[in-house]
Amino acid sequence: METAFTPLQSLAGGVLIGLSAVLLMGLMGRIMGATGVLAGFIAPAGLSDWTWRAVLLAGMVSGPAVVLLVTGQWPEVQVPMPRTMLIIGGFIVGLGVTFGGGCTSGHGVCGMARLSPRSIVATLTFMATTGITVFVVRHMLGL
Amino acid sequence: MKLVLLYLIGLIFGVGIAISGMANPAKVLNFFDVAGTWDPSLAFVMGGAVVVTFVGYRIVFRHSAPRFASSFQLPTRRDLDVPLLGGSALFGIGWGIAGFCPGGALPALGTGQMDVVVFVAALIAGIVVAKMLGKIGRRAAS
Repeated sequence: METAFTPLQSLAGGVLIGLSAVLLMGLMGRIMGATGVLAGFIAPAGLSDWTWRAVLLAGMVSGPAVVLLVTGQWPEVQVPMPRTMLIIGGFIVGLGVTFGGGCTSGHGVCGMARLSPRSIVATLTFMATTGITVFVVRHMLGL
Repeated sequence: MKLVLLYLIGLIFGVGIAISGMANPAKVLNFFDVAGTWDPSLAFVMGGAVVVTFVGYRIVFRHSAPRFASSFQLPTRRDLDVPLLGGSALFGIGWGIAGFCPGGALPALGTGQMDVVVFVAALIAGIVVAKMLGKIGRRAAS
């Protein structure tokens, strides 16, 4: 499935993601990592620990509706793969981000911005294996 | 006040993800599909996010503490170990199969699409299983 090249929109999205990471650090002293926020939401250290995560997640989930209000269109979420692949992929992502201690937001944005060696290596690693997986799935298995 | 600000921070993240294309598996997979229907857009997401965070963190860290907490909670480890490398490699495999990463999928839940709900349920199952395996591993090691 072809998708349009959207450099300005993607850059604007990236700037907002960065802004939210800076604000979360400045106000709460926390890393804006989706993995960490979600993992702590599932198994919180206490009520106040759960509350800030729940409110942050509620804000995240409201994002698409705000895009709809402003632009009149839902943001595109095109899922070209069968549901089995979403389940298998989702489970593997859950294992990987837990053992690896972060994902695209935690390692890829916040960790890279702190020049953390662990995050830089983690990001290079998952970008490489994602690329290899996409090549295998699309061009070798033809899915 | 604190909770209102937290909600707004989440919202900024969610809007950013939604307009960037990170919540769209078709676009994410095309970013990696250099040999096929390549769409380089997502390089601009990461570029923009990392530059803003790099500069913003430098301003934030001039202060001795965050506004609403006693200290900055930052990872201090600098060593590379097997869980970091293996976990990250595994994450990439899953991302390449499903097209969603956690930060892309959570805001996408707001579209109400069943595919996103299915992915997030599987993601949570993976996190829970990994935590249980980690506990067993630590018990065996001690």
